[in-house]
Amino acid sequence: MELLIASAIGIMTAAGFYLVLRLRTFPVIVGTALLTYAVNVFLFASGGLRTGAPPILRDGVEAYADPLPQALVLTAIVISFGMTAVVVVISLGAYLGAGEDRVNDDGPRIDPVRAGRAR
Amino acid sequence: MSLFLIVLLPFLGALLPGVMNGASRRTCALATLTVTVTALVGLLSQLPALLAGDTPTARLDWMPDLGLNVTLMLDGLGFFFAALILGIGCLIIIYGRYYLSRNDDMGEFFTYLLLFQGAMVGIVLSDNILLLLVFWELTSLSSFLLIGYWKHLPEGRQGARMALTVTGMGGLAMIGGMLLLGRIVDSYDLSVILENREAIQASPLYLPALILILLGCFTKSAQFPFHFWLPHAMAAPTPVSAYLHSATMVKAGIFLMARMWPVLSGTPEWFWIVSTAGIVTMVVGAAVALFKDDLKALLAFSTVSHLGLITFLLGTGSAYAVVAAVFHILNHATFKAALFMTAGIVDHEAHTRDIRKLGGLRRLMPVTFVIALVAGLSMAGIPLFNGFLSKEMMLEEAAHTTLFGMPLLVPVLATIGALLSAAYSFRFIVHTFLGPVRDDYPSRPHDPKFGMWMPPAILCAMVLAIGVVPFLAEPGVFFVARAVLGEAGQIPEGLHLSIWHGLTPALMMSVIAVIGGAILLAIFGPADAVWRMLRVPRAKSIFDGIVAGAVALSRGLIDRLHDGAFTRYAGAFAAAVLLLGGHAWLTGAVAPPVGAPTPANAVAVAGWAMLAIASAAIVVLHRNRLLALVLLGIIGTIVSLGFAVFSAPDLAMTQISVEVVTVILLLLALNFLPNRTPAESSVVKRVRDGAIAVVAGLLTFGLSLHLLRTGFSEPTISDYFLANSYKGGGGTNVVNVILVDFRGFDTFGEITVLGIAAVVIYALTEALIRGPVGTRLRDRRPDKDLAGDMHPMMMVVLTRVIMPVVLMAGVYIFLRGHNQPGGGFIAGLIVAVAVVMQYMASGYYWAEARQRTPYHGIIGAGVLIAALTGIGAWFTGHPFLTSSFTYLKIPPLDEFEVASAIAFDLGVFLAVVGAVLLSLESFARMARRADKKESDHAMDIDPSRGEKG
Repeated sequence: MELLIASAIGIMTAAGFYLVLRLRTFPVIVGTALLTYAVNVFLFASGGLRTGAPPILRDGVEAYADPLPQALVLTAIVISFGMTAVVVVISLGAYLGAGEDRVNDDGPRIDPVRAGRAR
Repeated sequence: MSLFLIVLLPFLGALLPGVMNGASRRTCALATLTVTVTALVGLLSQLPALLAGDTPTARLDWMPDLGLNVTLMLDGLGFFFAALILGIGCLIIIYGRYYLSRNDDMGEFFTYLLLFQGAMVGIVLSDNILLLLVFWELTSLSSFLLIGYWKHLPEGRQGARMALTVTGMGGLAMIGGMLLLGRIVDSYDLSVILENREAIQASPLYLPALILILLGCFTKSAQFPFHFWLPHAMAAPTPVSAYLHSATMVKAGIFLMARMWPVLSGTPEWFWIVSTAGIVTMVVGAAVALFKDDLKALLAFSTVSHLGLITFLLGTGSAYAVVAAVFHILNHATFKAALFMTAGIVDHEAHTRDIRKLGGLRRLMPVTFVIALVAGLSMAGIPLFNGFLSKEMMLEEAAHTTLFGMPLLVPVLATIGALLSAAYSFRFIVHTFLGPVRDDYPSRPHDPKFGMWMPPAILCAMVLAIGVVPFLAEPGVFFVARAVLGEAGQIPEGLHLSIWHGLTPALMMSVIAVIGGAILLAIFGPADAVWRMLRVPRAKSIFDGIVAGAVALSRGLIDRLHDGAFTRYAGAFAAAVLLLGGHAWLTGAVAPPVGAPTPANAVAVAGWAMLAIASAAIVVLHRNRLLALVLLGIIGTIVSLGFAVFSAPDLAMTQISVEVVTVILLLLALNFLPNRTPAESSVVKRVRDGAIAVVAGLLTFGLSLHLLRTGFSEPTISDYFLANSYKGGGGTNVVNVILVDFRGFDTFGEITVLGIAAVVIYALTEALIRGPVGTRLRDRRPDKDLAGDMHPMMMVVLTRVIMPVVLMAGVYIFLRGHNQPGGGFIAGLIVAVAVVMQYMASGYYWAEARQRTPYHGIIGAGVLIAALTGIGAWFTGHPFLTSSFTYLKIPPLDEFEVASAIAFDLGVFLAVVGAVLLSLESFARMARRADKKESDHAMDIDPSRGEKG
């Protein structure tokens, strides 16, 4: 089971990395989403893997899954939604403003500050 | 009144002018004045204790581990400066009320002024040097706002920027110096530092600390070669100039030198640096001042010169000089503030401050003339005015000071300085007020209202009172001087402040200075021509050159490092992570392996296979963006199933609901973005990226496997949470109790961040829609034709029917959260999904028309409720966010538990609902702009159509 989880984390990381290195915004966003899964699962797995032992206290039960990584990951999931949404709106603005959705800015650079200074 | 209150009053009061702004100008000024007067009265109420020999203190531990405490102390020196700051502050507020025109925002002005006042009072009352540094930086910031108050003037903005740059850099140096000083004596308390003169002066760190602290003082007090910012700060409104450059801001450096005098002075280093800087500044400032045609520029350079004089006195290290310095601080504050106000009156009435365009104002503005005459003659050093007395003492001290082994150097320089000072003072009076009345003033001047000339008149009365009967000021000056000297010196026996000391060398120098000054003014025309031929280098161009160089350097660096190639940044980031990870791997402790691996079952293998296939497919097929989204959904679902299997029901529920909103969000975005990603990368690049990705994947795989097969090398804290969740937090769902109780502060931060993210999205969308992008959006045509039935009836009916059910489920999940899987986060997501479904099914207009509370409000309410719950704990004497719980029995219900944490969780719930909905709604708004054709009604068949008509 450990092998399965570890390899799943590895697969998601690899796929996420590949997509993040693409040249358009959308695959980069999808790639970061994949990386988020990988990181969340990794954090979660750091508490160890236990089945059938949710950290809900019951009488007579002694063994529970580690609650701390779960609490950390829970907020991480919600925050990552906020982050994704911000990145999406930025990339949308960039696309609608520039008419293209490349992530690399390698066209002619127009620096507004310098252009203003030229007088 | 407590010392805390004296310092806090201006800061708290800074809220008033803004609130009062809606009321009349008089009310606004009156409110400001009340604040300052109250603080002044509070200060004066400490006087009896002070005179009885006490040193009132107030202490509040802030960060004791860092040595940073809010420790305030009031001694003679602090009282003197605080009285100057608050007393002249009162006069400035009255003057400013009449000075500002109707176009100026008075509330803003007085707010800045009070902030500045509070920071200054903070400096002079601090007993902790770290706290002093905080206030020191606050004066830099608030003076920046004051100097740049007239935002429409480029000179104002430049002057403010320059002042901030120079004093800010000095402040940085001073932080270094203070830290060194604190290190030498192992305490940041001023009272401890002041007792360790020997230890400090013997330390090898003494010289670096001295130089760094003096850098801070010299930049603030405009000493050569850092003097150039002060004249440029004259672009500020005149009340600001009068306040900052007579009694406060520039005196902060002087104050600090006086404060540190007992421990830092007396060494050759102190003497060389401080007195040289002082005497040079005095002469240079006076020379430049004489040839300035702008009244305020003349006064500005004269201020530089007089600050040099005081610095020189503090530098010589004798007790006599300290008395003279204290006395001159008082005298300079009185006559210089009066002169600045006079210049402001002239500017206000004649609409110019150019001396060449003025003259003959004596007949037109007799009251102003008298004020200018008294203050000006005091500045010139004429007997019977207070400036004469302290200048005489300075000359006396100079006559006995030897620099660089040349006994005549200092006396001659001091006489030249005094001569130039007399000359520019005469010029101020003669060229502005005397001579024939002209008929080409930009505006016909006359004396201003009483309220405007009253403040400088009060100061002039002080100038005369001290000048004629100096022994009135003697006890006060000696009292302050004793506070400066501390243990390090005694006021010389038999010293008295008096007009006549006999035929001393100082008197001779004084006579030479006054006569020479008069002669210099008589030949001003030729002298001015010679001065202009000299072409003295302008400090501003040097400063601008340095700034331009620094900007070019940073721009070059940025262009090189930040060249827009995102892929390269990502590569650098990955490499850095690998390096750090490798380092940790090689140096960290490794725990022994635990137990045998858990066997895998068929279901797990099937899930794993689906995840692996979906991941592979997303890599291969990612160009079809919709497909990529579907595959992402599959992966997310399997992840949440995984959470469910491995005993994390809360996580599984959160993940699946976040999955839903994320996919909706990306779908909304895809509405605008192209549906396909074009193939651009060459095969080589793809192979390279693939190789990087595979390596990263393998490394994380190895790391995860290692982590899963070994235990922790340190004991974990999780057992604590398991053991105390019910006992301490009153809940059996440990994850929820951690979120809302044990780590409630973290959660509070997280919902705040989430709310900020949503507001950012809203603001960005708003900016997009309003800008040029908005036009493009309105003209945009969708790639594909819109569906014939945009709001299918089945879906509309279904979503409306299940809405109450989903809401009920949300409430249920929320309520049980403390004891069973659920809670604010999950419930918030579920409710958000329910609302979003209405948007999707019935359309934006329909949903918007039925939405009463703005989502910002919901976010705000959520954060506020969470904060109030936390603050509630204070009333029971517990720290922020301590939760408590009890059991209630309300018939006919069973006994149930009420925890204050549930109120906190309600805050979380609201913040999540608001944030999710605000983000999605923002995207939807963009879509609405793009497609104006959408009807006002949700669907072709709308059951509620009739009621809205």
